[in-house]
Amino acid sequence: MARVVVDVMLKPEILDPQGKAVHGALGRLGFDGVASVRQGKRFEIELTGEATPEAVSEIERAAGTLLSNPVIEDFVVRVEP
Amino acid sequence: MRIGVVTFPGSLDDRDAARAVRVAGGEAVPLWHGDADLHGVDAVVLPGGFSYGDYLRCGAIARFAPVMEPLADAARGGLPVLGVCNGFQVLCESHLLPGALIRNDHRKFVCRDQPLRVENATTAWTTGYGAGDEIVIPLKNGEGAYVAGERTLDELEGEGRVVVRYVGDNPNGSYRDIAGITNVRGNVVGLMPHPEHAVEPLTGSGTDGLGFFASVLGAVAAP
Repeated sequence: MARVVVDVMLKPEILDPQGKAVHGALGRLGFDGVASVRQGKRFEIELTGEATPEAVSEIERAAGTLLSNPVIEDFVVRVEP
Repeated sequence: MRIGVVTFPGSLDDRDAARAVRVAGGEAVPLWHGDADLHGVDAVVLPGGFSYGDYLRCGAIARFAPVMEPLADAARGGLPVLGVCNGFQVLCESHLLPGALIRNDHRKFVCRDQPLRVENATTAWTTGYGAGDEIVIPLKNGEGAYVAGERTLDELEGEGRVVVRYVGDNPNGSYRDIAGITNVRGNVVGLMPHPEHAVEPLTGSGTDGLGFFASVLGAVAAP
């Protein structure tokens, strides 16, 4: 069985209020030196079989269809070694 | 006139939407998210709430509910569809309307009587108003900031597809104060504020929301 990871991030030009809130909290806790925080989503997908090119391209299709909204988000698909 | 109101798991305002339809003089037809057809309704309201718990993204899972397939086809064919709040989010996720709704820029849930300006009084849902009319209806959301690319925003403005705009303070960080938009044909309208909560003087901020439902009854009767 193979594991495929999909990372979804808001596009750089889209405001990320959650990331800003986390950034503010880090500062209050004394974690200095943080210039900015962007918060995203990580999906860990276990395949029933091997990570063949076909299987990975199906996950890419799923990432563009359901896991991310291409209007506001970018995604990266990678196979876990 | 039969107006369908879809209930998804987590919908909140389906009852109020159905009531608004009846107050305006229409017949409200409950539609279930698992329905495979639209039961021959003349128009559809996608109500507010938290479909599927807002999991993944607001409206992202509702978009793939069985009822959405015939609904999307019918909407592309001209069926009047109104999406309010979560319903607006579902319409954007479905790509029936452009853009997306993200968390309010100030990160707080907002609940207040919201002044709006009607910018387009020619859609299936706004003919009961005059262009430039100012109305007040409730706004209540945590993820109501309307965002889209500059080109899309320019297109919406240029084609007169901004239906309602926030007046006064921008309550959620929506680009260009946009509160609601329509598709090219003017049959699909989505907005964050809740016209269905402002249809009777006894409750809510007044009756300024009734026009949306009265409009579609006229639009459905007219063509």
